[in-house]
This record gives sequence, structure tokens and C-alpha cells, in this order.
Amino acid sequence: MANVKVLVAKPGLDGHDRGAKVVARALRDAGFEVIYTGIRLTPEQIAEAALQDDVNVVALSLLSGAHNTLFPKVVELLKEKGLTDVLVIGGGVIPDADIPGLKAAGIAEVFTPGTPTSNIVDFINANVK
Amino acid sequence: MAFEQIKAGFDKYMADVEAKLEKAPERANLAPNRLYTPMDLGENFDYMEKLGFPGEYPYTRGVQPTMYRGRFWTMRMYAGFSTAEESNKRYRYLLANGGSGLSCAFDLPTQIGYDSTDPMSEGEVGKVGVAIDSLADMEILFDGIQLDKVSTSMTINAPASVLLAMYIAVAEKQGVSADKLRGTIQNDILKEYAARGTYIFPPKPSMRLITNIFEYCSKNVPLWNTISISGYHIREAGSTASQEIAFTIADGIAYVEAAIKAGLDVDAFAGRLSFFWNAHNNVLEEVAKFRASRRVWAKVMKERFGAKKAKSMMLRVHTQTAGSMLTAQQPNNNIVRVALQTAAAVMGGTQSLHTNSKDEALALPTTESVTIALRTQQIVAYESGLADTIDPLGGSYYVEALTDKIEAEAWEYIKKIDEIGGAPEAIAKGYIQKEIQDSAYKWQMEIEKGDRIIVGVNKFQQEEEAPKNLLRVDGSVGKLQADKIAALKARRDNAKVEETLAALKAACADESVNLMPYILDAVRAYATEGEICGVMREVFGEYQPHTTL
Amino acid sequence: MKIVEDLLNHSRLALSKAITAVENEYDDAVKIMTEIYPHTGNAYVIGITGPPGAGKSTLTDKLAKEYRKRSKTVGIVAIDPTSPYSGGAILGDRIRMMDLTADEGIFVRSMATRGSLGGLSQKAGDAVKLMDAFGMDVIIVETVGVGQSEVDIVKTADTTMVVVIPGMGDDIQAIKAGILEIGDLFTINKADREGTDKLNIEIEMMLELNPEHVGWRPPINRTIASKGEGIEAVVDSIEAHKAYLEETGKLSEIRKARIKNEVTAMLNDRVNRYIDKNVISTDDFDQLVIRMQNRDIEPYSVVDDIVGKVLK
Repeated sequence: MANVKVLVAKPGLDGHDRGAKVVARALRDAGFEVIYTGIRLTPEQIAEAALQDDVNVVALSLLSGAHNTLFPKVVELLKEKGLTDVLVIGGGVIPDADIPGLKAAGIAEVFTPGTPTSNIVDFINANVK
Repeated sequence: MAFEQIKAGFDKYMADVEAKLEKAPERANLAPNRLYTPMDLGENFDYMEKLGFPGEYPYTRGVQPTMYRGRFWTMRMYAGFSTAEESNKRYRYLLANGGSGLSCAFDLPTQIGYDSTDPMSEGEVGKVGVAIDSLADMEILFDGIQLDKVSTSMTINAPASVLLAMYIAVAEKQGVSADKLRGTIQNDILKEYAARGTYIFPPKPSMRLITNIFEYCSKNVPLWNTISISGYHIREAGSTASQEIAFTIADGIAYVEAAIKAGLDVDAFAGRLSFFWNAHNNVLEEVAKFRASRRVWAKVMKERFGAKKAKSMMLRVHTQTAGSMLTAQQPNNNIVRVALQTAAAVMGGTQSLHTNSKDEALALPTTESVTIALRTQQIVAYESGLADTIDPLGGSYYVEALTDKIEAEAWEYIKKIDEIGGAPEAIAKGYIQKEIQDSAYKWQMEIEKGDRIIVGVNKFQQEEEAPKNLLRVDGSVGKLQADKIAALKARRDNAKVEETLAALKAACADESVNLMPYILDAVRAYATEGEICGVMREVFGEYQPHTTL
Repeated sequence: MKIVEDLLNHSRLALSKAITAVENEYDDAVKIMTEIYPHTGNAYVIGITGPPGAGKSTLTDKLAKEYRKRSKTVGIVAIDPTSPYSGGAILGDRIRMMDLTADEGIFVRSMATRGSLGGLSQKAGDAVKLMDAFGMDVIIVETVGVGQSEVDIVKTADTTMVVVIPGMGDDIQAIKAGILEIGDLFTINKADREGTDKLNIEIEMMLELNPEHVGWRPPINRTIASKGEGIEAVVDSIEAHKAYLEETGKLSEIRKARIKNEVTAMLNDRVNRYIDKNVISTDDFDQLVIRMQNRDIEPYSVVDDIVGKVLK
């Protein structure tokens, strides 16, 4: 029996965790196994937790504007640790102009404010490896 | 008119309506009743007990006798980004355009006590506010702004003592003495633990720093509001209106208790406590919330703490329109939302107001969008008539009933938190966080099921182009700040820095000492914020959050 | 097998993937377990259980740090219940252990019960063996002590610790019935709360009444895990229990019993699956059921018949 495991994490110093927590609960209610890691994490901590729990998905949330630095760094570290098949998604206050750059850096999808949680569930189900 | 007659009329009305309406539209945010009448106030509605007069206990109708007939609220726009130089320009612009007070937004490293060069600051420097690493930055931030002429609010909590010390030091250099300084520091650590996340130290040393500030300011900076007990972020995290005021007043109770325990007389400091509310979308519910909160706080101060001075019982409040209600979709609609939220805050009787800009669901606001937000306040003030008379909704059957309901719900929560052992204990147990999260999840599910409509998000959506002209803070700010710190460390008297930091460290270890003078000495010697907070981190340790889902 | 070689060479990725293989019952799981088995049996296994909200994960976090101070490597298996409604789960232990990620001498794995507690017991046991083969000196298995099956998971440990907190009121009765008798040691966490002394006395009294504790009297420690207070004493107690088990030869007995239990469970599982596949799920069996319903035949000889065929 293989269940989808999702790590929901907040890199950087931003403490706004309303979105991350709502998403974590919604993913649980959609049948995923969710590991919520709390706020103020370094990309290294996130990548190492993803490794130890061998998650299928890493969902990053950030509202402070530091996404262009921190999201790609998580992807890079996951690869360094040999986690090549993890689906990385992001959400938060992210201007449209930044999305192509984030996707090029390995973020599979970016969910901006107002996205229903069901869209995130559907995206994971369609794209998880 | 006798109640029986009203009752008979009401019953007939309801029967007619029920017959005409096949199905009532059900939405999550509807008021419980279709129509409110004098019956909702009760036959024995006591005007003097429930409402009284403006400037009189229990302050339901407002804290000042004249309210906006005397002068408008302070139009205080929260601003700050990138470097001190950039933010200084924005402050001067706002003051030149009719803004009547400053409100400083600091970046996250500044709010959490890290220098811009700290590894934890990576990617965050200058992003959500201005980067301040030392007194040198603070001097630039207020360059050309006379600090005895302006009131300044600073959104700073865990390191509030350090930033306040920097402000006092800048004033000294301008030749302005501390007793002339007016403004506010947020300084509310409990809601950081519960909802906002920019904590540094554990509760005990944090509460000590707060009471140290109360004491220091009561003697040296008497016009300063030493705390802004904030419901804003609790609401942003997803709470209801009742939870917002209940959890915040419970925090307020904890601060008053801590100060009394530290030996302060309640009337010596309570007059400088201020509050911070959110102006959310439901206009009438918000108005009722403001009114209820004043009544609850007045009773708490009088009955629970035996305050004697009228000022100690007044809930004075700064307000910000709800950032979480701004939509990324069709951002121009946000102008309308902010106007309605402004109306709510004004009819609620706020003392100062920040209005959000239309583009803030996407990025920090541009000068153009900030101008619209400021103009919104001016239109409400000068054109709408909402500020023409005091507490214009007082006596509305609905608003009075709602005020009573919110007050009752708030007391219920305060009682529950008392039973747990007070706000710090309720936060340590995760109770307050859990209540907020449950409300946030319920709200989101209502939207997803269509029980709650957000225009442009789950109804009336349309295809739109990506917005242009967003403000961007580029990554070079981190490098700029790093250069500034390096230059500072080369030119300052490093022996003096070491000496002041060592004295601060020793003072931290002795609980009976007020830390403010030591922090001020280190600031004057140009110790960086990271160095000062680093010393305190060494002695106090760091807070470990209680997170549950 | 490459994954086993990598695991034995301390690849954290291999360890993680191997646990996933076991957890998800991948085809290569049995082969992995077969190959690592000779490399197991070296770690000391500690089970931690207690009611929800007792602070078990915070305590586990602090114990791991204390063991690191004593130069031991630590593996942690943290188990959370799966929601019976959605099949999803919030694995909430890791959040209290995030700063352990910086330490290469620690490996934390979260597991959900996935509605099959019997199976979980085996999967958790396999995860322990994989961490054991990887070279962890101490392995902590942490689970909420709410159901008998979850208690079974920790019971397989060398040392079992029960964590309680004051102020649970009558809940102590429930714990008394369930998990109190399995504790080799007790920890009263959040011991700065009112009721700590009373709780201590209650546990003492229960231990008095329990005749099983001959030779080893379970110590009762007090901790405030969130502040890191009392942790050294708990580790000292665990080490004392370990020494007692070793000196009396009981460690060998426990481990023998554990292997016996595991193999019994594996056998039962295998037989159940075989019967399910080859008997229960067949059309013939359906026919038999109908005939029993019509009272043409009776179940007792049907069972004799099937067992005779299956276990010949």
C-alpha cells in the first residue's frame, strides 16, 4: 500500500503560516500523509527532512518575497541528496513575473493567493511520481 | 411602544415573509436574523450602562468626548522596504501628501534580531520592510524628519527595546529630548507566539523586556505608547471577529498582570497601552467589534485591576485594513474593499488607520497605489459624512445586538483562557493557535464549497493579464547592507562596543535590572542589532514554538 | 543488492528508500530484509508511549540529544495515527525534532498507522532493523498509547518507557488499565504543573499492587522536556535498566521472545494471506458458504477439510 507523502514547509524567516496550515489540513483530508515542519527553516533542514521521510512531494510556502532565493535552493539540495523524483511545489505571495524563473529552477507549479486547495490536491495526484 | 405590539407586528411580518420567500439564500457570513427590532435589545436596555457618552465609561461610543468632531484619526501609512535611504524617500513623500504619522515596516531579519549578513537572513534582506542593522541606518531612515514634529509607529516586537533605543538615539542627535517623542512600538510578543511568528526569546525574558520598557518609558518617554496589543495578526491568521478581540484582550490582561507583578502601579502605565485591530470585510460586524472591545477592556481595567484613572480604562486603537482580504485576482476591486473597511474602522471609532494598497496580495505597494490608499481615507474623512457625528451606528438594533453578542463571546473566551491559566499558558498549550486554525480552515472550506463568496475568486472570475508595474526589491540590498556593516565595523570604536555588550550581558543575567539603559548604551556605540540580540540570545535562549495542526 | 550495500555503507538515502520499500510492501522488501538480517541485533531499542499531549516527541527529541552527548548514534521511528475518515494523516512528531536534521548521527522516520496496526507492528519492527543495520546505536520507537496494537509496537522494545502528565484527572484510570503495566520506567513530563506529586504517588501505588516487578522496580522520573530539564536522569534510568537486563540475562530472554513473536506474526500473516488467496476468495468457497447456509453441510468439517489440505 503506497500512500503519497507530502512535506509542507516554510523556508526563511516568514511567520505567516495560515496558508501552509490550511493546505496541510486539506491535504490530510484528501488522503495524503502530511508532515508539517513549522516556520523558520533553512533549505538544508527541509531537504534533510524530505530525505529522511522519503516524501513524494515538498510543498513550500513563503509570503516574504524571498522565494527566488530560497525555493531554488531547496530544489538544489534535494538533488544533491539524491532525491531526484520529488515533486516540488510552491505557494504564497509570488508575482506572476517570477513564476517562469521558479519553474526553470525546478519548481513544478506555483500556487498564488486565492487558489482552492482542491487545485493543489488535483495537481499532486496528476503529477506525483 | 409596548413590547407586545412590536412582538405582534414582528410575528405578522415574519409570517408574511416566510410565505413569500421559498428559500432564503444561505451564505456563511449572513447575520443570524433577517430583521432586528427593539426586542433584540431587550425591554430593559440600559443606555447609560451599555453605551454612556463618548469619552465616558464604558467608552462604547468612543474614547474621546469629541472624536472626529475634534480632529480626524491619524492617517498613518505603514511603509518601509529595501534600504533606509529608499524608505526615507517614501516617508517624506507620505508626509508631504497629508499623511499625519509614520509607520515603519522592518524586514524580517530586523524583526528577528539578525544582521543582514547573518546566514539566516539569506534572501530576506529589505523584502517585507526596511533593513536596519545599526543606529547608522536609523539615522538615514529619519534624515530630514524632525522627530518632535511627527508621531512614529514601529512594527517591532521581540527586539522592540533595541529599535526604540535607536529612535531615542536619533532624536538625541537631532537635539530632541526623549520626553518629546510620540509614537508606538508594537512590542506584543504573545501574539507573535500565537499568530505572527517573529519571536526570539522564551516568554519569561520576553515579558521582562516588555515590563522594562513600560517602566523606562513611564519615566523617560512619557508620551510613548509602549505596546500595541495586536489582534490584527490574529485575525489575519484566520480568527473570527470575537476571537480577535478576546485573544488580544487576554494578552492585554497578561501584560497588565506582568507589570503589576514587576511592581508597577496600574495607573502609572495602563494609559500608555494601545491596541491594534483589523478592519475586515463585514462592515457592521466590524463596527460592533470595535464597540464591544472598548466595553470589555474598560470593564477589565476597572473591575479586574481596579484602575482609577479614566485613561487606564480606554481602549485606544490603531487599525489596519485586512491584508488577507485583498485578492490577487482583479486587484482594482481591492480599492473598493479597502474603502468599505475604512468605513468600518471610522464608524468603529479608530484613533489611527493604515489603509492597504490594491496590489499588496501580489507584492509591496507602489507609490501610486499607496497614494490611492491614502486618498481613500481622505475621501471617507472629508466627503462621506461618516465622520460627521460620533458613533453614527449607536442605537441601531442590529449593531447594538451584534455588539452585545460579540462582547458575550469575548467574555466566554476570556473565561476559558483564565481557566487554562492565562494567555501565556493557553499559548503554551496550543489552545489559542488551535482555535485560530480551526476558524481559518472553516473559512477556506466555506469559500471552496461556495458558501462564502469572494468576488473575483470563487464567483465573477474573469481572464486577466498579469499586472504590471509591481514594486520589486532586488537582491542587491543584502550586498549593500553587508558593505555598510563592514564599513561601520571599520570606523566605530570597537572597544567601546565590546564594553557595552559585556555590560548588557551582565545585566541580562540579573533579573532585577532594567535593560533599557544598557541597550541604549550599546546602540549609541553603534553595536549592530544582531550583536545586541546575540548577547541576549546567549543569556535568554530561544523560544521553541508549540505547533499543532 | 545495491540498496543494501549502500545502506551498510551509511547512505542515508538508501536507508530511507529501504524503509519506504518495507512500508509500501514493494516487491524487493523481503529481499532487502533477508540481506540485512545478519547485520542486525546490535542496537538497543527503546519504546516510548503515553497519552496524546504528554509531550512524547519533545521528550524523544531531548533524549536523542542526550544520547548524542554520550556519543551514541540515534534512530527514531515516530508513529502517528491515520485518519479513519480520509485515510490521510498528519505526521506531527517531526516538527518537534526539526533541529535534529542538522546532526548526521540521527535519523528520524515518521510513519502513519494506515489502518493496519497489526501490519504496522511488523513494518515498524523492520524499520528498526534497517536503522540497526545502518549502524544506529540506539533506536527509539515512539507512539501514542491509545490502543492495544499500538502498545504492542512499543512492547517489543528492550526498554519501554511510559510518559504521563499531571492534570489528566480520571484519565489515569484508563492508562492504568492499558499501558501502565508495560512500563519499565515512568516519566512524569511537564512536572512543573500542579498535581505532579499526586500522580507520582498514584503510580507508586499501582506499582506496589503489581507483583510482576520482581528484581526491577520501575523508577519514576520527572521532566520538563520543553526546557530540557530532567533528561539526563531519564537516560541514566534507561541505561540502568539495560544493565539490569544484561546482568540478569533477561535481555537475551526478551530478544528471544521478540524473535518468536515476530516469526509467529509473520507466519500468521503468511498463512492468512495464503488462505485468503487460495481459499476464501475462490468460487468454490462461495459455494461451500451457500451450502452451509442451506444447512446441507456444517462448518466444522469444512474447516477440518480445508486445514487438512492447506497444512499437509
